[in-house]
Amino acid sequence: MAVIRPSGDFDRNYNQDMALIRKPWQWVLLLLSIGAVATSPYWAPPYVYIKANQIGYTLIAVQGLNILTGFTGQISMGQSAFMLAGGYISALIVTYLNLSFFIALPLAALGAGLVGLIFGIPSLRVKGFYLAMATLAAQFIIPWFTLHMFPEYLGGQNGIISAPVPVIGSYEFNEPARFIHITLFVLILTTIAAVNISRSRMGRAFVAIRDNDLAAELLGVNLFGYKLRAFFIAAVYAGLAGALRAHSSWQIGSEMGYDLSESIIFLGMLVVGGLGTNLGPFLGTSLIILMEDFSNIVGTKVSAVMLTGMTERVLTSFRPIFFGLILMLFLIFEPRGLAYRWQLFKASWRLRPFSH
Amino acid sequence: MAETSTQLSFENVFLSFGGTLALTDVSFKVIKGEILAIIGPNGAGKTSLLNCVNHFYSPDRGGIIFKENDLTKIPPHKIAKLGIARTFQNLALYSGLSTLDNLMAARHIHMKSNMIQSIIYWGMGQKEDIEHRRVVEEIISFLEIEHIRKAIVGALPHGLRKRVELGRALAMEPDVLLLDEPMTGMNVEEKEDMARFILDIHEIRKTTIMLIEHDMGLVMDIADRVVVLDFGSKIAEGTPEEIRKNPIVIQAYLGEEHI
Repeated sequence: MAVIRPSGDFDRNYNQDMALIRKPWQWVLLLLSIGAVATSPYWAPPYVYIKANQIGYTLIAVQGLNILTGFTGQISMGQSAFMLAGGYISALIVTYLNLSFFIALPLAALGAGLVGLIFGIPSLRVKGFYLAMATLAAQFIIPWFTLHMFPEYLGGQNGIISAPVPVIGSYEFNEPARFIHITLFVLILTTIAAVNISRSRMGRAFVAIRDNDLAAELLGVNLFGYKLRAFFIAAVYAGLAGALRAHSSWQIGSEMGYDLSESIIFLGMLVVGGLGTNLGPFLGTSLIILMEDFSNIVGTKVSAVMLTGMTERVLTSFRPIFFGLILMLFLIFEPRGLAYRWQLFKASWRLRPFSH
Repeated sequence: MAETSTQLSFENVFLSFGGTLALTDVSFKVIKGEILAIIGPNGAGKTSLLNCVNHFYSPDRGGIIFKENDLTKIPPHKIAKLGIARTFQNLALYSGLSTLDNLMAARHIHMKSNMIQSIIYWGMGQKEDIEHRRVVEEIISFLEIEHIRKAIVGALPHGLRKRVELGRALAMEPDVLLLDEPMTGMNVEEKEDMARFILDIHEIRKTTIMLIEHDMGLVMDIADRVVVLDFGSKIAEGTPEEIRKNPIVIQAYLGEEHI
């Protein structure tokens, strides 16, 4: 689908053609929406900024997965394990080395990235379904490691219960209302990075590998090198997400939702939002996370009318049921995800009223 | 031909798949700046030969010498960098990218920005993209595909895709261009266009071209020399006139009744 521009919007040089934000009103809109999220603790109910914080760090992990799976076409089932690694590294650095969280964060990202690099090595030989199986190893090995090794440091089953709160001077980021600013800042950086990757030399190499790895190699792309880069970047994103999650919820541990189902939900978010688009992770992550709350509301309503006395069980089963249903509907009716729908919507609006 | 230096030389290439010989003792030289056509019946080993040049297949024995390198010992992505580009028999485009990005992706070997510069994309990364965009735009206008510049290639008709693929190979600015049946599935008009492009590339860019094609009339028209393969062996080599008269070729390829 060719890109359809609003009428009267022309480019005079390649810089303009490559620009992402073309009009002053787009800048205004962008800054307004960032401002709205940043100031949400001052005007919105707690639910809004607590959810925004959760969506924020999940989004970072999904963005990373998008670079690996969406752009490079390497299916990974280990994203939440890399989050776990990042969260642990950051919590350990802050706790035992007494470094600031803001130093620990990039170190955690780098550490998770190196772990990701190791688990990306099988991509040299295997692809598709088999690679998914190989990355599954990360999802078993990393949580097993944190569960059973060095319990005096990693906390075994309980994990680290008091991941230190980030501090600048005497200002403590000790509640979501404050922590959201860190999340938002990191999210802006990761978004800029993701967009830049997708439109630069490296991003084109990634997509080349996804669309036709044989041609990519014969046309000069070092397959293994670029697959590893994709694994590294995805794990760096997961590391950032994990560190943010650990320090905003003050805890990190293998029993706290870093399991395989979490990794699969990340993949689901990606499919729902749109694989290989920069908008996709935003839409998919938001939709799935809000859907979880929606399923709780529906579950409560349902258990009030029928299945009384089983509220707890209804609630826990509705989340996966809703997730599975949404994923299935998307796979059947819009496998290209919400981002593609948005493209179509924009295009049809621009063609209006001459749709032929 | 002004100079007759060797560009690419095949030296006793043997290739087998699980005991079946695909190429047997194939030796010939590709002269700098010529259009060399490789013809032969289906399964004669034409595409296998090109795949050996790219080191997608590893020959059992023999060597393929290009710029003093034995291509059979170099990984595929480095061969591309040495200056060998190709198109594929069954299209192998990056179907999710636009025409422009397909060509830009082929500039990969000429670009230098690394991971960090790609991520920051401020200064170096962007400047390099614009520089290479100029080269790519030239190729786009040369191949007359301006109107599909931003179209996703997966949605293009076959003839145009073939042209985009040629453009992608050109964007690598190769010394040797390998074209594997560039005109399959095209109508006469599209074939003529493609032939014109190939001749222009040859004329303007002085690129050495190795061409596999089944359309005999076309091969005889545009090729400087022809190599004939049959059952994995070279059975003839020469100018189109010589090949046309060669009885072995006529028997193997064109059929008995042509004699």
